[in-house]
Amino acid sequence: MTVTEPAPSEAELERHFEHTIAKDQRIEPRDWVPEAYRKTMIRQIAQHAHSEIIGMQPEGNWITRAPSLRRKAILLAKVQDEAGHGLYLYSAAETLGGDRDDMTEKLISGRQKYSSIFNYPTLSFADVGVIGWLVDGAAICNQVPLCRSSYGPYARAMIRICKEESFHQRQGYELLMTMMSGTEQQREMVQDAVNRYWWPSLMMFGPPDDDSPNTAQSMAWKIKRHTNDELRQRFVDMTVPQAEALGVTLPDPDLAWNAERGHYDFGAIDWDELKQVISGGGPCNTERMERRRKAHEDGAWVREAAAAHARKQQQRKEVAA
Amino acid sequence: MTGEWPLYEVFVRGKRGLNHVHVGSLRAADDDMALHNARDLYTRRNEGVSIWVVKAADIAASSPDEKDPFFAPSGDKVYRHPTFYDIPENVPHM
Ligand SMILES: [Fe+2]
Ligand SMILES: [Fe+2]
Repeated sequence: MTVTEPAPSEAELERHFEHTIAKDQRIEPRDWVPEAYRKTMIRQIAQHAHSEIIGMQPEGNWITRAPSLRRKAILLAKVQDEAGHGLYLYSAAETLGGDRDDMTEKLISGRQKYSSIFNYPTLSFADVGVIGWLVDGAAICNQVPLCRSSYGPYARAMIRICKEESFHQRQGYELLMTMMSGTEQQREMVQDAVNRYWWPSLMMFGPPDDDSPNTAQSMAWKIKRHTNDELRQRFVDMTVPQAEALGVTLPDPDLAWNAERGHYDFGAIDWDELKQVISGGGPCNTERMERRRKAHEDGAWVREAAAAHARKQQQRKEVAA
Repeated sequence: MTGEWPLYEVFVRGKRGLNHVHVGSLRAADDDMALHNARDLYTRRNEGVSIWVVKAADIAASSPDEKDPFFAPSGDKVYRHPTFYDIPENVPHM
């Protein structure tokens, strides 16, 4: 039986899209979506992918100098996971029509951003632990709700990523516990790393809600499930008892339990610093971009050789057939 | 350019007894590289015992729309389901 129906109008398609989202169902590849949703989603996923890829650099810095074979193997596995996260995400963006080369190009030309946190330097091995604990911890806060993103391939990539992030956070915390039970100098290294990474970790959640103009639309599309400030608060509440158990001081004199709110109060964040780092003025922006560009250019001959080999194999097969 | 590398869809059998399930995609120059990349990307923690990769361009797919008339033939055939039939309660093992 053939059912012939007139092609649905744009308004009907739009209604169907809205309806799918309202029912909390997932949007899947090749579904009709409004152009703005497609664009926003491709950009969100691409920038998330860029963050994973650039995020390999600060910790990669310590692989050759890890203090033991055990720590080295763990760190290698963690950095390899971050590469994997980047690749899951680039392929999720491709399902919406994002072009892989175009996304790479936008990253290395600075037209698309990555997370501000990776523009800070890793000065000691304690930074590896603090990044696992605080930076991956903040990433988990951000990413767990994204497992329910309205865009199916992104939500599924998030589920996979969140499972792996748990290892990242725990290895970091365990590393810090080991250092805290060491010498006075090791404890100082940990405290120093916490002092440097605490505020930048809070900035990872983005600008405050009253300065985040896209939040309303993203919440309506269910590609964002909580506001920046809600997630930041959740992170602070989770982290304070972990800091106490570890025996470090979070560098904020205003940090205090507020029984009335049922949350920890915390001090004012230096938003000018976030703006500066995002717009390229952080301590390591130039270095990170340069490194990524060089890796891409140095890899060009490998990509070309692999493509040439594949073509030759194909030709050989055709001749033999 | 990776643009020259085709897109592959990756399917993983989690363990013996289960179907292969689609887990995501990747780019690779050829089938061999696609299999190796799929192993490194999607099975770093023993997530699979078998991997299929297939060029995305070689997949024929129905339209994703749930209201697609393509699925209409099964929509009105409730008698294909066991619950369609009333059986008295005193009839055992059915
Ligand atoms: Fe990650
Ligand atoms: Fe991570």
